[in-house]
Amino acid sequence: MTGRIFDIQRFSVHDGPGIRTIVFLKGCPFRCKWCCNPESQEFGFQTMQMNGKVKQAGRDVTVEEVMKIIRKDQPYYHRSGGGVTLSGGEFLAQSDFARELLMTCKNEGYHTAVESTAGLDFEIIEKVLPYIDQYLMDIKHMNPKKHAEFTGRSNELILENARKIAASDTELIIRVPVVPTFNATKEEIHDIAAFAATLPGVKELHLLPYHRYGEGKYEALGRPYEMAHIKTMSDEEAEILLLEAKKSGLTCQIGG
Amino acid sequence: MAGLEQFRIRKSERIQHLVDNLYAKLPEIEADRAVLLTESYRQTEGEPIISRRAKAFSHILKNIPIIIRDEELVVGSSSIAPRGCQTFPEFSFSWLESEFDTVETRSADPFYISEETKNKLKSIHPYWAGKTTSELATSLMAPEAIKSMEHDVFTTGNYFYNGVGHITVAYDKVLKIGFDGIYKEALEEDQKLKVSDAEYAKKHYFLEAVMISCKAVIAYANRYAELAAKQADALEAGTIRNVSNAASLSNRVAELRQIAENCKRVPEFGAASFFEACQSFWFVQQLLQVESSGHSISPGRFDQYMYPYYKKDLDAGKITRESAQELIDCIWVKLNDLNKVRDAVSAEGFAGYSLFQNLIVGGQNAAGEDVTNDLSFMCIEAAMHIQLPQPSLSVRVWNKTPQELMIKAAELTRTGVGLPAYYNDEVIIPALVSRGLTLEHARDYAIIGCVEPQKPGMTDGWHDAAFFNMCRPLELVFSNGYSRGERISIQTGDVTKMKTFDEFYDAYKAQMNYQIGLLVNSDNSIDVAHATRCPLPFESCMVDDCIKRGISIQEGGAVYNFTGPQGFGIANMADALYVIKTLVYEQKKISMAELKEALDVNFGIPNEKTITELAKSVLSGMKAAGKDISAATAAQVIAAITKEYMSHDYKYLLDMIEDVPKFGNDIEEVDEMARDAAYTYTKPLETFFNPRGGQYQAGLYPVSANVPLGAQTGATPDGRLAGAPIADGVSPVAGRDVNGPTAAANSVSKLDHFIASNGTLFNQKFHPSALKGQKGLENFVALIRAFFDQKGMHMQFNVVSRETLLDAQKHPENYKGLVVRVAGYSALFTTLSKSLQDDIIHRTEHMSGI
Repeated sequence: MTGRIFDIQRFSVHDGPGIRTIVFLKGCPFRCKWCCNPESQEFGFQTMQMNGKVKQAGRDVTVEEVMKIIRKDQPYYHRSGGGVTLSGGEFLAQSDFARELLMTCKNEGYHTAVESTAGLDFEIIEKVLPYIDQYLMDIKHMNPKKHAEFTGRSNELILENARKIAASDTELIIRVPVVPTFNATKEEIHDIAAFAATLPGVKELHLLPYHRYGEGKYEALGRPYEMAHIKTMSDEEAEILLLEAKKSGLTCQIGG
Repeated sequence: MAGLEQFRIRKSERIQHLVDNLYAKLPEIEADRAVLLTESYRQTEGEPIISRRAKAFSHILKNIPIIIRDEELVVGSSSIAPRGCQTFPEFSFSWLESEFDTVETRSADPFYISEETKNKLKSIHPYWAGKTTSELATSLMAPEAIKSMEHDVFTTGNYFYNGVGHITVAYDKVLKIGFDGIYKEALEEDQKLKVSDAEYAKKHYFLEAVMISCKAVIAYANRYAELAAKQADALEAGTIRNVSNAASLSNRVAELRQIAENCKRVPEFGAASFFEACQSFWFVQQLLQVESSGHSISPGRFDQYMYPYYKKDLDAGKITRESAQELIDCIWVKLNDLNKVRDAVSAEGFAGYSLFQNLIVGGQNAAGEDVTNDLSFMCIEAAMHIQLPQPSLSVRVWNKTPQELMIKAAELTRTGVGLPAYYNDEVIIPALVSRGLTLEHARDYAIIGCVEPQKPGMTDGWHDAAFFNMCRPLELVFSNGYSRGERISIQTGDVTKMKTFDEFYDAYKAQMNYQIGLLVNSDNSIDVAHATRCPLPFESCMVDDCIKRGISIQEGGAVYNFTGPQGFGIANMADALYVIKTLVYEQKKISMAELKEALDVNFGIPNEKTITELAKSVLSGMKAAGKDISAATAAQVIAAITKEYMSHDYKYLLDMIEDVPKFGNDIEEVDEMARDAAYTYTKPLETFFNPRGGQYQAGLYPVSANVPLGAQTGATPDGRLAGAPIADGVSPVAGRDVNGPTAAANSVSKLDHFIASNGTLFNQKFHPSALKGQKGLENFVALIRAFFDQKGMHMQFNVVSRETLLDAQKHPENYKGLVVRVAGYSALFTTLSKSLQDDIIHRTEHMSGI
């Protein structure tokens, strides 16, 4: 079984507990305008021109090939309570590969987490859920229209899936990419946090302030960067939103 | 973590004042010691050298000016000027005289020197001509060894120019029985001798020298007692006024009276209180550095030998944690008051005014139990309070090290001061046992200088015996034993005719073996010179079994004897060998001739030094062929070479090399190459012995010599250009580890750290964001523990941002206090040379997932 990834990042400390290895799967049904990994969206291979060099985004790997890299940091997972995180793109878009990879991780005793928007049919999610210890789920907006305008799809399925995942044995943490002009107002954050608080078992909410580190990648792909005009948030602005989120009663933090 | 709260202790105002006063001006060179030493030597001509050393030490301590600095609680200064230094002409002096006019303005570690001091030193220097250890060492060395040093294959300059230092003495013994007790031990041994014993003369004069030294130190402390009492009197009488109000006046008077009491009692007798223990410790630490110029006089397990005095006073209510902390802080400041002037070249290699006084906390005792205590935490707290390079603070780590201690240490790391360094008991203890230490002694190890483990109070480790540049023998394979047109090594044949990688690798090993033999010759010559001309009776009296055996440490009096020269360039060698193995021999993408040509011309990248070297070798060839060389011929040769140079474009080759996997990325085959490359240095060394009867043991760390010695090294097959720094310690080549800190650590852990029992050095640089919050600290600690689980030996960190460093380079005035970890130590960034600053900035920054 092979899957298509565009990166594996070791010593990641912001997506799940402890020191982790993140496997970035290629392909995503959403087209978020602020996406910091634009090469993650298309499933097909792409070429990127960076620093005068041409690089291919995307490669096909077997589960065993990925496991070989994952196993290298076993001592760090053990000491930090870390493990493996699947990210993307949207990992659910390659659910068979993801399932086998997660299953193998669980068999070998690693903590597993996923970073996902959960915007696909729940039947797909159901297949992988038993092998996931922690689900880091994006909820970007409560308004279906605005959600569709900025991500290319509406949010109904996402909200429905959130309730279902919350009801499962997997730990669910809600994450909000906070993007000025999209959802960076007190009201919008309030609404998301309030919804998250209604999900049984959800205790944590992370606000992830928008950053521009992905800008160079758009250029490398020869794509326009639509968010060029947007200013990043100051720490103070982020703090104000954090206070708003905390009103939900959840444990809230800035960053993962 | 409630337990840690009790060790967040407020820093007293006094400590800030002491630090500010210390750094108020440029450190100064003083002449008193050198003048007094010479006076004494003139009076003792013809006596046994050990007696002359003791008498000179005594004469110095009796007459050298003394000072109690404002607000000090622990007293004893080797110079009147803060951070000043004395000189040591008995080891070497001519470099200093030739640098009189540049030492104040040089870029690395400048010192002020007055005209008066220059004149004083000039008047005594002629006496020392022909009498120094360095001159004797030179006359003892094999000419081939001297030649290799001239060609920068290795350098033994540290002990050639200076005393040896690099020791942890039995501080605990002085704390317990004082120098009065040690005097009695020596006397007792002396009385046991019969004048008819074969070794009577030698032993008797040594023991007498010990007794003279003990008396000298006691008398010196008494001078401080008198000075403190006198100052207290003068304050009360109003004849001096350096305090602002009545309350602080009476406080200071009381303090001075206490100081006087302390100095009357210690170090003559055992310490009766924590305050006395602090003072006793300090006199030992300071005066070891008056007797000899050796650096890395390391306090060792301070938290262990000081603890009984702390505990007793704390339980009795005589001190509080706060008052004890202030005393510890005072000692930390004093450790930065000591200084040493080095020659300009060494100053670059050891940059940062560092004395490498290593102090280690935590770890296990002789019985194998964890002995972390209050003082372990308070030593870390002291480093947070003063934020200065000394002492080089270290933490011993093993499975039972409390997580609180690790978190506290990580908090210190996060401040960016470059401290502490972390050491793995689980590697060091078995490594020392493999060198013949008993398990009990090995468990009680401390770290000397940069990264070198030893059993305190029993070892003469000669830990910093040389820097050996592992890339130079590789150049000698390519040049068939020639360097700069001169034959300096064995001939291993025409490199372009070597048929297999093994044949090539064998040639490298042969060059290594030959040069390692020369290094041993050089070190052993210096060893003999120190034993002959500068035995140290004061140091010896605090190291077992010198008194029992009746000989000084320099003559082999210690229980454990070693010589530990450092090899560096593992990462470059691993990458270079792997490039040759794959590109030349396996894939046959390039020929050896092509590679040789590319290296000769620095990959076609013009470089003045390479051109000069090429010209030199061409000219010497012409000369050998009997041709007449005029200035015009030389100019023609240079012009021709430059033209030739520019006509080659080896970018394709550099690109090809860049695509070959590199050490530091957790790639099995390359890491195996690195492990084996390290063996080409560590294994041959083990077979050699020193004049003290001890074994050679390798270290793998360069201090900061990788920069100046890299400047003397041509282009290497790993794609490193001529003159560029060599990789630091066992760390990957800067910028080539691209898979993050865990991958780099895994690669490094694949080296055999056990055989490098003189220490290895692994440097990682972190942006402060990687240690943000409690979670950041915990992950950081986990990284260290997991590296140690895989049998890494040492780890240290720079936590600064690249921007900060670049700005500090541009505006040094704004960053006077910026401390960075250079190699085995922390240094003030702005005092480092530009090239070293660049090297630090260039080292990979591990930004953790943004």
